[in-house]
Amino acid sequence: MAFSNEEILEGLAEIVAEETGLPTDAVQLGKSFTDDLDIDSLSMMTIVTHAEDKFSVRIPDEEVKNLNTVGDAVTYIAGAQA
Amino acid sequence: MTTLTQATPVAHSRILGIGAERGELFVTNDDIAGPIDSSDEWIRQRTGIVTRRRAGADRDVLDLSEAAATKAIAASGVALDEIDAIITSTITHFVQTPSAAAILADRLGITPAAAFDISAACAGYCYAIGQADALVRSGAARNVLVIGAEKLSDIIDPTDRSISFLLGDGAGAAVVGASTFPGIGPTVWGSDGSKAGTIRQTHTWMELREDPSLGWPTLRQDGPSVFKWASFQVGKFAQAAMEAAGVGPQDIDVFVPHQANLRIIDQMVKQLRLPENVVVGRDIVETGNTSAASIPLAIERLLAEGQAKSGDVCLQIGFGAGLVYAAQVVVLP
Repeated sequence: MAFSNEEILEGLAEIVAEETGLPTDAVQLGKSFTDDLDIDSLSMMTIVTHAEDKFSVRIPDEEVKNLNTVGDAVTYIAGAQA
Repeated sequence: MTTLTQATPVAHSRILGIGAERGELFVTNDDIAGPIDSSDEWIRQRTGIVTRRRAGADRDVLDLSEAAATKAIAASGVALDEIDAIITSTITHFVQTPSAAAILADRLGITPAAAFDISAACAGYCYAIGQADALVRSGAARNVLVIGAEKLSDIIDPTDRSISFLLGDGAGAAVVGASTFPGIGPTVWGSDGSKAGTIRQTHTWMELREDPSLGWPTLRQDGPSVFKWASFQVGKFAQAAMEAAGVGPQDIDVFVPHQANLRIIDQMVKQLRLPENVVVGRDIVETGNTSAASIPLAIERLLAEGQAKSGDVCLQIGFGAGLVYAAQVVVLP
């Protein structure tokens, strides 16, 4: 069963909170991982790995640099579910 | 039909002694931050490294190896004429031939021991321990000297932000011989050459010959990709090494992964769900990443500082350029 965009955002927020210590409500669609959430490239890889497991999708390493915002990640994961 | 005699196997092997040699220079983050437009804080946060040890221009990988091997042989109590083979793992012995091992055999007075080098980058020490274990137990060699050694400062680019700032120089050595008890568990090892470009040399020696303006080749890595592989895939091989040895996390006293990056080490500890009382090798903080030397250097520090002791059960895993990996559970000498 595919996850809705709302479910993906909620799950992603939990993963980001676990990795960074930020509150889940800080993780919003328009937020930049690097500029707003202060997530470096290694933490981003940890988040991506947990997201792959949680949503049963594959996010290639070369794709990660295109995921600038939380919304980018939600859109990618939603599309990768199919 | 003529019946051949084959070597007589022995039941068990173990590591009899370990020796280490670090580069004599203490290079701080401030010393190297300028050319990469970085800072002590950024490097510490990103890698955990406070200093890296490097050797001066007058010492090469053979000098570092000889010093570490001399200490390992002394610690093992094995006589020179009882060492039948030497395996050296290095990527910084700058001739195609002869091997570093053959030269070291002569320098150490261990002729005519079989001597050969292997190329398994940061997994080299565990690759070589696996081979030494097999050679001893098969009866092919009574004792094997394993050396993991690098002078990585010879292949760094001070302006490179991907890997150069992590790297240090050092050598670690171990003598493997017969034992009355099982001291080296099965080696879980492998490779994934489809990711050969992930940690690489900037250009080949042949390309340099064609175009000398390219300059001396140096190392690069795709840091985030290596981090992801090492943190979330390599731990599975460490888990497999425990299962192969018939032990679980509760049986492990010491965990020594390749000292690539403190954040990888911490993530591996988390993934493996090791109990809090397991001592973890974190020599990278003071020595930096010394590739094939890093595991024996970290073990030597733990033993020297009393954090680990003889008889402790140690899970060790090397991983790096290739990509290659090797893990085994060993009993510390």
